[in-house]
Amino acid sequence: MSKKRLFKWDFWTGITIMAIVIFGLFLIYPLFSLFTSAFQNADTGAFSMENFSRFFERKYYYQSMINSFWVTTCVTALAIVIGTTLAYFMTIYKIKYKGLVEICIIISLLSPPFIGAYSWILIGGRSGILTQWLYTTFGYEFPSVYGFGGILLVLTLKLYPFIYLYVAGAMKNIDSALIEASESLGCSGIRKVATVIVPLITPTILAGALMVFMNAMADFGTPMLIGEGYNVMPVMIYSEFINEVGDQANFAAAMAAIMVIITSSIFLLQKYIVNRKSFTMSALRPMQIHKMKGIWNVVLHTCIYVLVAVSMVPQLVVIYTSFLKTNGSVFVSGFSFDSYTTIFENLGTAITNTYLFSFSAIVMIVFLGMTVAYLTTRRKSWITDIIDTLTMFPYIIPGSVLGITLLLAFNEEPMLLSGTAFIIIISLVIRRLPYTLRSSSAILYQISPSLEEASISLGASPLRTFFKVTAVLMLPGVMSGAILSWITAINELSSSVILFTGATKTMSVAIYTEVIRASYGTAAALSTILTLTTVVAMLIFFKVSGSRDVTL
Amino acid sequence: MSVPIHVDRVIKRYGDLTIIPHLTENIKNGEFFTLLGPSGCGKTTLLRMIAGFNSIEGGEIRFGDQVINDIPAHKRNIGMVFQSYAIFPHLTVRENVEYGLKLRKLDKAEMKKRTDAILEVVKITEYQDRLPERLSGGQQQRVALARSIVIHPSVLLMDEPLSNLDAKLRVEMRSAIRDVQKQVGITTVYVTHDQEEALSISDRIAVMKKGEIQQTARPHTIYTRPYNIFVSTFIGHSNLFKGQVRVSGTEKAVVFNDGYVVPMDNLSDEAVDGMEVIISVRPEEFAIHQEGLTCRIKTKVFLGKYVNYSLDFPEDRIVTDQPSIEYSQDLGHAERVLEVGDNVTLKPNCMKINIFTADGERNIIRDVVRYE
Repeated sequence: MSKKRLFKWDFWTGITIMAIVIFGLFLIYPLFSLFTSAFQNADTGAFSMENFSRFFERKYYYQSMINSFWVTTCVTALAIVIGTTLAYFMTIYKIKYKGLVEICIIISLLSPPFIGAYSWILIGGRSGILTQWLYTTFGYEFPSVYGFGGILLVLTLKLYPFIYLYVAGAMKNIDSALIEASESLGCSGIRKVATVIVPLITPTILAGALMVFMNAMADFGTPMLIGEGYNVMPVMIYSEFINEVGDQANFAAAMAAIMVIITSSIFLLQKYIVNRKSFTMSALRPMQIHKMKGIWNVVLHTCIYVLVAVSMVPQLVVIYTSFLKTNGSVFVSGFSFDSYTTIFENLGTAITNTYLFSFSAIVMIVFLGMTVAYLTTRRKSWITDIIDTLTMFPYIIPGSVLGITLLLAFNEEPMLLSGTAFIIIISLVIRRLPYTLRSSSAILYQISPSLEEASISLGASPLRTFFKVTAVLMLPGVMSGAILSWITAINELSSSVILFTGATKTMSVAIYTEVIRASYGTAAALSTILTLTTVVAMLIFFKVSGSRDVTL
Repeated sequence: MSVPIHVDRVIKRYGDLTIIPHLTENIKNGEFFTLLGPSGCGKTTLLRMIAGFNSIEGGEIRFGDQVINDIPAHKRNIGMVFQSYAIFPHLTVRENVEYGLKLRKLDKAEMKKRTDAILEVVKITEYQDRLPERLSGGQQQRVALARSIVIHPSVLLMDEPLSNLDAKLRVEMRSAIRDVQKQVGITTVYVTHDQEEALSISDRIAVMKKGEIQQTARPHTIYTRPYNIFVSTFIGHSNLFKGQVRVSGTEKAVVFNDGYVVPMDNLSDEAVDGMEVIISVRPEEFAIHQEGLTCRIKTKVFLGKYVNYSLDFPEDRIVTDQPSIEYSQDLGHAERVLEVGDNVTLKPNCMKINIFTADGERNIIRDVVRYE
């Protein structure tokens, strides 16, 4: 009597196939091409290890790997210290204007990645405002912001908010009963923090640390602008790849492959450690907020405000300089809207492209995010498990690497896509889908399956139930994830900078090229537009999600 | 149209794990039928198979004459009430109730008429424009009931609908559900692990254990003449004593291990001389008497109408692994109240007690049925 149907053609089968096709075609196949070309001799096409041996033989190349590792490790360590300390004091003690402080922290996280580097050059670079002022008034030579120190400064200020947001979230989930229990057992002060609070938030710190590490490792804009002699891998890959001479593409592919191997190893290592010590917390009664007394209260507030102000410096500098009069690359005295006029005249398409691409991408992201989240949470099978794993890939593939893989894979007929808007949109979809996907799955876990069963029992087909009940209930969660996806999509640089052509330039790319041309005024104006868009989108996000819980 | 449900040799498997090995049951048209059993016995699994949310690995389920195995849940025309109520949080009370009607493309006037009527029946007319999160548990339960009944389903399925309510509300909703069900006259399958709820609400009860039905009968029969030890101890409390059958001529009796003899005139032909049996006595089937079973009072709990005593018997008299041996004394007829440490002689009521085979699988009282 029982019939086993392996395959039933319905909507969900369609979605499953679509997800597999998209990820297969635009992620797996390109990665595969990357690895094959990494093992290929550029002239003969024969398989060889020479690209790898070349990398490990010359100090010039392998030093970039060591540099990447070192600077990323330092950034992660510093971000953990700053982020965790900030989260601890912001949660335990009463801080004035806490809401505003948090908004500033989130803005500095979500702002375009390279704005930091470029602003710090404007401030402390060779002809920077601060450098000049210190030199002319005190005769003091400001230490160089270029190189290792500059990258460390910029990336730490940009990425500590990851740790802050993760840890502040975890601190809210610590039940005060745990703290009281430790006190009742005779533990107090710093020992309480060390033996109870720190172990409780360690898994969260590790999760945040992974995000910082991956972002710092993959960041292309910052080291490109401020790194100067300090070579790191993404920059090396980029410059080898755009080098039009001979066999560089294969060599760049080999470096990209090495980088993917490094990031996946770190990813797996982190997962292994976290899985071994993971637990869930939920506070019935969150920890009490205390008020710090006397001079310490002043010190605490000063430290927090200074930290946040320094993190916000890039945004403010950018907005300020966008209104300065410029003469080519030199700022002259007085204010004007010239920079804005110039960009609307010359770079208007970059602005429209940015919105066009990001909106097209977000439509696909929302559709895929909702349906794929449904597949992987409600219709579990080995196929959906594979899809679930595939959707994690973008976390470990640096943007520039994804850009290169897409170019390598779609450079020839019949699949000639390079140079089209489509390839940029698809790279945005692949890279930014995880945020929406995660928030969709999170909200799906909160929707009881019996709601769907109730709808079905009343006569609605499963598909109709999905659109009439499940999708409606999912929407708030999906939208908050989608806004985050969108914000990161408009600020996307590392893959677009490889994929763009004249006609498909986006704002981020335009800022980058303007900075490289030393056309700081227009770059600042573009950055201002981007920053304001980000802030507006973020305010909408707070409104939609009803909280300031940003999880990236 | 309400229909009878025939569950015919159905099998439920999850991979290698068989949850329901081979189950047959017939649910009559219009009756209130309860699946009762401990958690994990497969009662909810069976209900969800009838609903169409669980697949059927073997056998068939019929609504009337129609085999429903391959009909998807949304085409089975069932009404279902969930443990979590599953009220759509984005729709008002009225919209929740109308949801199924809209799918059936009823015209506006008819829809309004039916919705108004059912809101009246379950007494939630005044909350009809509220969003569900502003309703209490009992009110949400009424919405869930209205929503499932208003579509005139062939069968009504309820999965522990009262388990999330507090004790007082549970009793109140119990009679509300019972009233509505009788008023609508619809075949209802009700799942619960609460025996008191089952006894009070059902026309018939099926007691389940490990995916098998132990007995299907009216509540009174289930309680007074359980088919086996499992039913006897799962529904209410039963004290289990070791004993033997004694037959002399046409006279039959059971002998407790301490030698006390209870003459029985209702033993079946299966009872033969010397047969080892388990004698099952409910706490209220004892009475203080000059002769009977002697024991000591271990603890005493005052319950208002009753006093419940826990009794101490020598190990060899009773079946081991019982939570307690109890006697409840009806205070309406009690001559004296006993104290902890007192010795007392209790006489079992031979008309009421049940005698099981030594393995506990069958009741050997005459005319006890497994299925009625």
